Amino acid sequence: MNFKSTIGFEVHFELKTNSKIFSPSPVSYGAKPNTETNVIDWAMPGVLPYVNKDVYRLGIMVALATHSHILPNTHFDRKNYYYPDSPKAYQITQFYQPLARDGYVEIEVHGKKKRIGIHEMHIEEDAGKNTHGTNGFSYVDLNRQGVPLLEVVSEPEIADPDEGYAYLEKLRKIVQFTGASDVKMEEGSMRVDTNISIRPAGQKELGTKVEMKNLNSFEHVRKSLAYEEKRQAQVLLAGGRVQLSTRRFDEATGKTVLERVKEGDADYRYFPEPDLAPDHISQEWIDEIAATLPRSAEERYSQYVNEFGLKDYDAQVLLQTKESSDFYDKTVAAGADPQLAANWMNTQVNGYLNDNRVSLADIKLTPENLAAMIELIKNGTISSKIAKKVFAETIANGTDPKKYVEDQGMVQLSDTSVLEPMVKAVVDSNPQSVEDFKNGKDRAIGYLVGQIMKKTRGKANPKVINQLLNQELQKR
Amino acid sequence: MKITEETIKHVAVLSRLEINKNDISQVTEQMSSIINMADQLSEVNTEGVEETVQVVDRDTVFREDKPEHWQSREELMKNVPEQANGFIKVPVIINKDEDE
Repeated sequence: MNFKSTIGFEVHFELKTNSKIFSPSPVSYGAKPNTETNVIDWAMPGVLPYVNKDVYRLGIMVALATHSHILPNTHFDRKNYYYPDSPKAYQITQFYQPLARDGYVEIEVHGKKKRIGIHEMHIEEDAGKNTHGTNGFSYVDLNRQGVPLLEVVSEPEIADPDEGYAYLEKLRKIVQFTGASDVKMEEGSMRVDTNISIRPAGQKELGTKVEMKNLNSFEHVRKSLAYEEKRQAQVLLAGGRVQLSTRRFDEATGKTVLERVKEGDADYRYFPEPDLAPDHISQEWIDEIAATLPRSAEERYSQYVNEFGLKDYDAQVLLQTKESSDFYDKTVAAGADPQLAANWMNTQVNGYLNDNRVSLADIKLTPENLAAMIELIKNGTISSKIAKKVFAETIANGTDPKKYVEDQGMVQLSDTSVLEPMVKAVVDSNPQSVEDFKNGKDRAIGYLVGQIMKKTRGKANPKVINQLLNQELQKR
Repeated sequence: MKITEETIKHVAVLSRLEINKNDISQVTEQMSSIINMADQLSEVNTEGVEETVQVVDRDTVFREDKPEHWQSREELMKNVPEQANGFIKVPVIINKDEDE
């Protein structure tokens, strides 16, 4: 029997704000436990939540980037549950009127394009973090409680694990290039829950779904879905029933393990949040935000390849992060040759970042300085050998390349009136090389070039010297 | 609207409340009368009245994204049952009722 899979995703993104969604508590990673939390986060008597405007702004950016319909009237709802990760005993979320609905993401799998619908996306607050001890106690840190989240819920339109992988990659890239979130799975700024059901081909109604939560890489998502497809098919073929349940992916065995069987829908007793006024999102504000939306990765890719003539691989490397693509764009805007700028970004700059385990934001290199250095190479002021020294200086200390080259006397010697006498002198004092050259030994020229380089301490322009030497040797 | 003992038991579980077996029938009766009182609202004719989720006289009240440190952390932490290295120490509970 043939089975068809139906896969859906719920992806949470932490939105990049300075303060929490409903209180001015700072959002910061690695702060000491319970230092960035306040009475509003704890919902102490007499306090009121107060919506952070930027949470809406960033959410609207993602809604626009996924072609979603932004609801003009929205409000928050209260979701009731008791757990130590929230002293409020409820989460403020959007249940009845989410931020946006009916968007889509276009994916490409095995050369085939497909649109995956986005059912809805809503903004809500994160919960605190529990660390479970082995001694019968849990340790709670509420710094994360109240950090803004955007939850993006896909339509169950994904047909196999490869499409699922492609959807996640694409969604991450879209959100990353809006700048709304850091989208780092390892730091929890992107968290993936997935669900999958299978049904015999031809059957209309969907099978019973199994959920898997907090998968920590896209590869685990793919593997766990592939495993579930097989497992559920075996259950059905053996005449069994798939249980409505939550399963966990076990990295060691590559299998999914039953965590919890669900009995009916959870009872959260949602109701409109009485402490917050409803929100009206004006078209005017949406237009304003749309005007500030950074260019998508797709747009940038097409410019890099079609306009700048970069290779697919080089364009992909630049587009790995928004930071790197932004840096490159600024370097080109500062006048750098696009091809040379891409080469320097992808080899020297990336090499430096990897060797020192730092990111572009941590280093002193500016796009302007990189562009200036590339210009010095392009116009022949410095040789590519000298450029390596200049690069090391400017990336480590932020030195202006032009000033550095002048101060250090590194300017490449291209002046023929200076080089010509030198060439003559070197040829005069090396008759053996002239002899070798005449006997067709091309290596002789290399030796002579080396002599001139020695005299000029590497500053002579190799192109000019080669030309002058050839002329001089022909005369002999 | 009929409130059953089953409903009371269910709500008690959700709210982490322990209700003494002997009290259940009394609580059920009291809850019924509270709900029925509130239920009188459904007698009001609301035809043609737009649905509302809020009765405040304003909407779209936003705060600028400016962080502020809370100065009285110690005061806040006085509310927790037990602390350990700045963490709130609670009995271990692995599973939530459901997902968040």
